[in-house]
Amino acid sequence: MLRIDCPWCGPRDEDEFVNGGDAHIDRPEPPEQVSPEDWAAYLFFHTNPKGVLAERWVHSFGCRRWFHALRDTVSHRILATYRPDAPRPDGVA
Amino acid sequence: MSGFRLPRGGDGIDRSQPLTFRYNGRTLQGFAGDTLASALLANGVSIVGRGFKYHRPRGVIGTGFAETNALVQLGEGAALTPNMPATLVPLREGLVASSPTGWPSTRFDLGRLNDRLAALLSAGFYYKTFIWPNWHWFEPFIRRAAGFGTAPALPDPDRYEARERHADVLVIGGGPAGLAAAEAAHAAGAKVLLVEADTRLSGPLPPGVEALTRTTALGYYDANFVTAVEEIDTGALRQRLWKLRAAQVVIATGAFERPMLFANNDLPGVMLASAVQTYIARYGVAPGKAVLFATAEDAAYAAAFAAQEAGLAVRAIVDLRPAPPLAEQARARGIPVHAGSHVCAARGWSRVRGAVIDGPDGAQRIGCDLIAVSGGWSPAVQLFSQSGGRTRHDPALGGFVPDKAAQPTHVCGLAAGLRDLDEAVASGRARWLAAARGDAPTAPLPLAGPPAPPLPPGDNPKRVFVDLQTDVTLADLEQATRENYRSVEHVKRYTVWGMGVDQGRLSSTNGVAALAQLRGDDPAALGTTKYRPPFAPVAIAALAADRPNGALFRPWQLLPAHDWHVAQGAVFEDFGHLRPSHYPPAGESMGAAARREALAVRGNVGIMDSSSFGKIELKGPEAGRFLDLISLGRPSTIPVGRARYNLLCDELGVLLDDGVIARLADDHFLLNASSGHAARVRGWIEDWHQCQWPLDLVTRDVTEEWAVLTVAGPKARDVVRAAGCALPPASADFPHLSVAEATLDGHRVRIQRVSFTGELSYEIAIAAPQAGMLADRLWEAGQAFGMVPFGLEALDILRIEKGFIHVGTDTDGATIPADIGWGKPGQREGDYLGKRSLLHPSASKTGRRQLVGLEPLERQEPLPVGAHVVGGSPHPSQGFVTSSCFSPTLDRAIALGLLADGRQRHGEMVDIWSEGRAFRARVVAPRFLDPEGARLHV
Repeated sequence: MLRIDCPWCGPRDEDEFVNGGDAHIDRPEPPEQVSPEDWAAYLFFHTNPKGVLAERWVHSFGCRRWFHALRDTVSHRILATYRPDAPRPDGVA
Repeated sequence: MSGFRLPRGGDGIDRSQPLTFRYNGRTLQGFAGDTLASALLANGVSIVGRGFKYHRPRGVIGTGFAETNALVQLGEGAALTPNMPATLVPLREGLVASSPTGWPSTRFDLGRLNDRLAALLSAGFYYKTFIWPNWHWFEPFIRRAAGFGTAPALPDPDRYEARERHADVLVIGGGPAGLAAAEAAHAAGAKVLLVEADTRLSGPLPPGVEALTRTTALGYYDANFVTAVEEIDTGALRQRLWKLRAAQVVIATGAFERPMLFANNDLPGVMLASAVQTYIARYGVAPGKAVLFATAEDAAYAAAFAAQEAGLAVRAIVDLRPAPPLAEQARARGIPVHAGSHVCAARGWSRVRGAVIDGPDGAQRIGCDLIAVSGGWSPAVQLFSQSGGRTRHDPALGGFVPDKAAQPTHVCGLAAGLRDLDEAVASGRARWLAAARGDAPTAPLPLAGPPAPPLPPGDNPKRVFVDLQTDVTLADLEQATRENYRSVEHVKRYTVWGMGVDQGRLSSTNGVAALAQLRGDDPAALGTTKYRPPFAPVAIAALAADRPNGALFRPWQLLPAHDWHVAQGAVFEDFGHLRPSHYPPAGESMGAAARREALAVRGNVGIMDSSSFGKIELKGPEAGRFLDLISLGRPSTIPVGRARYNLLCDELGVLLDDGVIARLADDHFLLNASSGHAARVRGWIEDWHQCQWPLDLVTRDVTEEWAVLTVAGPKARDVVRAAGCALPPASADFPHLSVAEATLDGHRVRIQRVSFTGELSYEIAIAAPQAGMLADRLWEAGQAFGMVPFGLEALDILRIEKGFIHVGTDTDGATIPADIGWGKPGQREGDYLGKRSLLHPSASKTGRRQLVGLEPLERQEPLPVGAHVVGGSPHPSQGFVTSSCFSPTLDRAIALGLLADGRQRHGEMVDIWSEGRAFRARVVAPRFLDPEGARLHV
């Protein structure tokens, strides 16, 4: 079971959290000017890397707040967690 | 019958405390400190089980976890525990145990006929019968013959508990290396927890270190999370599940001695050399009278000397090495040593009577009743492997050792392949000191062991058992190799080698070595199979110890006025909440009750409980703007005191939920969600508010805080007024889709005029604790008007008559707002969720499934929900029935459905098909009753 450091509450066990998919996917706007390709990229075409992935998580059985985490999809290790308005940390491999 | 209790010795038993126990119906005696296995050996019981496939007799082979044969069932009836290695069961007064295998008895098993039919039960037997001739001919026979025990059919009467513990350092294993690591870690200032499966540690516990004995680490998961189970057996509590998490984990789990491969190596009387030594030294038990030692290394000599000192006849030491260093020492004690020799076969029918050996001295038979084997040592890498660590083959050890750790994991002692005691202790210290310095886990130190012995050739591969527990022989591995199974994982699944209760603890390394030899390969190239939790069998009840069970497994959610519904004679159904489905007088069927209740609402008035509907409040200066972004309607344009029907879509433009949004104040909205979608909608709103549009508002789910009772029907206003709610006299002042606050008996109530029935309807909300009071008050007031309670079955009829959809029932994962008749896709101005998807041509193309009404030709017979509208090409299904009922008001069956281009097909007759039955129905507008809504606007 992963140990996840909620940036609002501190470290907690994985089963208090729910994963919300890829982070840093910007919603293209306004809808009338978004190309079908850009919209499809936003909805479906994410990177799915083998290695470090930025993810959205929510502390569902805690503060109910969202945050971002860098997780290594090979080792499952969580390398960093940060608030959703913060940029993706540099130099975390 | 050749094991016996020695007159002296046994540092683990207390001869002053005899214990009586029962085994297979016999009453036997042992001592405190015995395991069930040592007590059985002391009583001369040699056959403790039967082989899985061939039903050959099996005896105790080891101690502790190194036991694959002596699996017993403990207890009786509901308290029965199957698959317990007798070597792990501490003896206690009154213990009841039995061997599950063998019919009619463990000693005389007719199933041994299988031994003569071994050719038929080759590797992959059942995979092959899947193809030819027919697995089902064999299944009943195999199912009865196979298996190690019986699962109890009754609920487990024992109690279990779970606890969590955090430590800086978790040491697994209380041997010399583990204790040294614990001591060093504690000296470095760490909070240390040590777990040991045995009843005792190998030495004194270092002061300041906390230790749990009889606690077995079962699983090693991500982020240094380790589960362990502690045997308590106090009567009040059987087991305790530990959930452990530590910054650093030290694995000091030792090693398993390997059996040797020779014909009939499964006979009772073949035992690990280390086990022979342990039974003598710890339990004062001799597992036999005349012992032959078969070894490839020095440790067995110490066991042989100990056996001799205990008074056993040591017939010979058969050593694979041409020049064993301790040979002269043994000969000086009068023990013959056959160097460069090996055992070819054990002889005997139901237990060992002798051994055939071969070597430079020539083939010969030696009489003995015990063959003590030592085929080398395999580090216990199971937990390390579970943690994600990589192992590598060590040719010097002839086994696999930990290589690269995946987590902050440190391996020391025998588990790291270190056989020398001083080295093991030093490694324990060094491991911890490295960890304390924050060093990355490193590969274990190089080994200094003897070269790996070659596998002794067997004289009959069908009788050379590689895995005793699953009855996998050398012949099975030969066959798998011949049939070109390459990966060890595939060989494992094909032959079931390493799959039993013990997960190959004794068989894994020998199997890899045998496979490598069979294909002329290097064992390093084969690798091991992946080890998986649990390390040892565990009661499911222990794993579930901290999960609610029985009535609490999934507690009923009761409505605030539940007792009132019970008093009204409600029949309840589970909709997340336990909600009334109908209120039948004695003898009335559900269908009849639902039709009666629906008619009463249409003609008069009824009352139902709507408390489970989701209620989410949004408050703040930008609440309206936010709602505009997440919903299809324009909630910001709702006047204060009014409400409006609204849809929520996801970014694909697919319907997520529908419901009424009421504006309580300029900056205050109440979003009503469907009961089943409330939690999801709440989370979804929080997500978009926190992550996309952090506007100035707060959201709050008040679903459980308010009870809601709905009074619906032409006389609803009379009832509500009679109950004491001051309502404006006419529709003009409080029209359909209005909201207002009022008081009732000094209690604050919130009244919404919204309708899911198509009738004049008031939803009256009150603080949940007052639900019963409100229900009583409305009920009393309703008596004069003939009010009836109505449940969800009647509500379903009422809403289908009106064509009011239920999202998720009348829509699916492709339904967009236009499909249910909500305007043109994406036409509303401004941005909102799903709009870009709704602007896509696919949202406007022909062929989309649209909501329709269906009137069956057979007026009295409702269509089956899920039935397909058939005909046409290329797709035979044009849509399906989503909701269906018999309408008592219209006196006919009606249905809602999704149909390709349905809106253009009103009036058309369609064919409907369901499970072999055909129906005809007319497509109509999804509005069977009061299409203008005249009944609402009164």
